[in-house]
Amino acid sequence: MAATLNTSAVLPAVDVVWRWLAEVPDPEIPVVSITDLGIVRSVHYDGDTLVVAVTPTYSGCPATAVIDLAIEEKLRAKGTDKLRLERRLSPPWTSDWITAEAREKLRAFGIAPPIDGTSASGVMAARARRMTGKGNLVVACPRCGSTHTERVSQFGSTPCKASWRCKDCLEPFDYFKCI
Amino acid sequence: MNKTTEQDVSNPVEDAFVADAALAPAFFAWLCRMGDNALILGHRVSEWCGHAPALEEDIAMANTALDLIGHTQMWLGLAGEVEDKGRDADALAYLRDALQFRNLLLCELPNGDMGLTLMRQFLFDARHHLMLEWLTRSASPRVAEIAAKAVKEASYHLERSSDLVVRLGDGTEESHRRMQAAVEQLWPYVDEMFVTDAVDDAMAAAEIAPRPCDLRKEWDETVRSVFAEATLDVPGAVGFAQTGGNLGRHTEHLGYILAEMQFLQRAYPGASW
Repeated sequence: MAATLNTSAVLPAVDVVWRWLAEVPDPEIPVVSITDLGIVRSVHYDGDTLVVAVTPTYSGCPATAVIDLAIEEKLRAKGTDKLRLERRLSPPWTSDWITAEAREKLRAFGIAPPIDGTSASGVMAARARRMTGKGNLVVACPRCGSTHTERVSQFGSTPCKASWRCKDCLEPFDYFKCI
Repeated sequence: MNKTTEQDVSNPVEDAFVADAALAPAFFAWLCRMGDNALILGHRVSEWCGHAPALEEDIAMANTALDLIGHTQMWLGLAGEVEDKGRDADALAYLRDALQFRNLLLCELPNGDMGLTLMRQFLFDARHHLMLEWLTRSASPRVAEIAAKAVKEASYHLERSSDLVVRLGDGTEESHRRMQAAVEQLWPYVDEMFVTDAVDDAMAAAEIAPRPCDLRKEWDETVRSVFAEATLDVPGAVGFAQTGGNLGRHTEHLGYILAEMQFLQRAYPGASW
């Protein structure tokens, strides 16, 4: 009597896949993983096909394609045969989804983590910021901890970062901006 | 499948409008307008990469261009799905000629000096942001999700361009002179941003998008308040408006942009990284 091969029995559990994905570093900021950043939105099976939904941080971020490739490489290396990646645009990614541990990793790496709720949210916000000078955003220097800092530019070395500098230790640093 | 590319990654959001054959011609034209504005302005802004007067501004410009190219992929990608003739975002960007482009004339104008570039950006951003904010409530879920993504980035664009218009307008005598000259030069291209035609009416009837003319009042308010702070004069009625970009009638400048942007795909069809 021929044995029936139950393929579902050999498919890895979803939480195991999540752990594998937690090992995939962000290509731009390798101290944090793609799950730390909150860009993996869901993992599920469609029949025996593993479906991983990923959301981009910024719509033009060149790392998006690299991240897709890294996910595929990791899951193939773990033996995944049938895989489908999906692009998930809504809800749009927000820096609020970066985990607490990841924020400390960013700080240790020299990037000031985002301060939630301070994103530019439109004309009124921009107008208010202009009227009140630079606004009341206080970003601590990731090196010396001083809050005596200033913004150099809202746009930094990657789409997700702004350029700041510390007026105490005089070092420039990146601030992971809120969006 | 050897490697994952943008085209291999599917978007599972259900949207009945995408397969609505009766709506398709207008929807496709409208999506091309959104995508072409982002593509052509993004390309123009990218021309500053490595040339801007300050490193921070160079980076800001490259980032803005990158955001706009990202928006292009989303809008033209959806346009390709709506058209349903097998064209993806790359095919629409690289293999159409000037007469098929639907961008505003404002977006294709040469960069000029930094004053002109920043003024063009501000005039565009103020309208772009209003448009995207409206579109986050679009009846089309695909349009709404693209807008929700793009509006976050456009907020940063508007914040930067309005800030710089104020700083340069209310700056030195020379910077003020250049900013006011930029306003005068660009003003004949402003009305086109609010021209409303049958395509817009079809989108508005389906509650997918607003009629551009309905955005004018709020745009005027934003521009007036920023210009007041920037000590710049709002020009009076110019008596004529340069229009036609969203119907495919362009200035001579667009052909030069396409010649550079499309060269590789024309010379080596299907080439990829």
